[in-house]
Amino acid sequence: MLDPTISIKYMIAGYAVVVVVLPGYLVSLLLRWRALKHKLQDLEDVAGKK
Amino acid sequence: MKSQSPTLKILTVLSVLLFLAALAMVFFFTPLEATMNYVQKVFYFHISNAWVGMLGFMVAAVAGIAYLVSHNRKWDSLEMAAIEISLVFFLIAIMLGSIWAKPVWNTWWTWDPRLTTAAIVELIYLACLLLRQGIDDPDRRARFCAVYTLVGSLSVPITFLSIRLFRTIHPVVIGNGSANGQGSFAMTSPMLATMFFCLFSFSVIFATLLWHRLRLENLMVAIEERQMEVL
Repeated sequence: MLDPTISIKYMIAGYAVVVVVLPGYLVSLLLRWRALKHKLQDLEDVAGKK
Repeated sequence: MKSQSPTLKILTVLSVLLFLAALAMVFFFTPLEATMNYVQKVFYFHISNAWVGMLGFMVAAVAGIAYLVSHNRKWDSLEMAAIEISLVFFLIAIMLGSIWAKPVWNTWWTWDPRLTTAAIVELIYLACLLLRQGIDDPDRRARFCAVYTLVGSLSVPITFLSIRLFRTIHPVVIGNGSANGQGSFAMTSPMLATMFFCLFSFSVIFATLLWHRLRLENLMVAIEERQMEVL
């Protein structure tokens, strides 16, 4: 049987990966969305001036 | 660009709730496994992330076929969205597997058939995203990715079946696997219920993320088209 104190450390490490990587990906989606929205707005401004 | 639909908002809230419920089930509902105890709880999210990763790669393959048949760029958008999300989930599955392997197999990584094929799948699809950046013409880019994804999708069933076909130390939890499997355990009813709940929850989370990512991809396409008009 695995030592519970060692086993629990690996369990915490595993779930830490999940709660860091998944929200990290969500943040990346949000940042890209904002940047693209700004870019689209800029392009529409340029098109409007033309 | 259209604002978020009410369905997507509901799906997003539902995904968060399902994720929290899955975590609660893992920590408060499932019993401790006799030999591995706490670290075995990694299993539920490991298998769910791997399932969603493989599901996404198959969605990408279907979208690739649909693009080759119809030449409609919305299929290319779906393909890219599915690949990107699946890469994230599959990476998590590989990392969780590695963390689970350390105390059970006494190593972070071994060139076992399952681990090797999983790493190959991840690299194949990562290469697709990188190679895609090098093609400027949108139609050529979409055609290249559709063919690439179709060929690459062969690696997914090979990875899934590797623990059933080859001599491997990776355990098979459901069904019969290799006699060399290390870290297998008997599934009790609460464990089985939690596993299926996690699989369901991650499938919903995948669908939600796919929708969000698709909106981002559509925005990219809109910008590309606008740039063509302006320049």
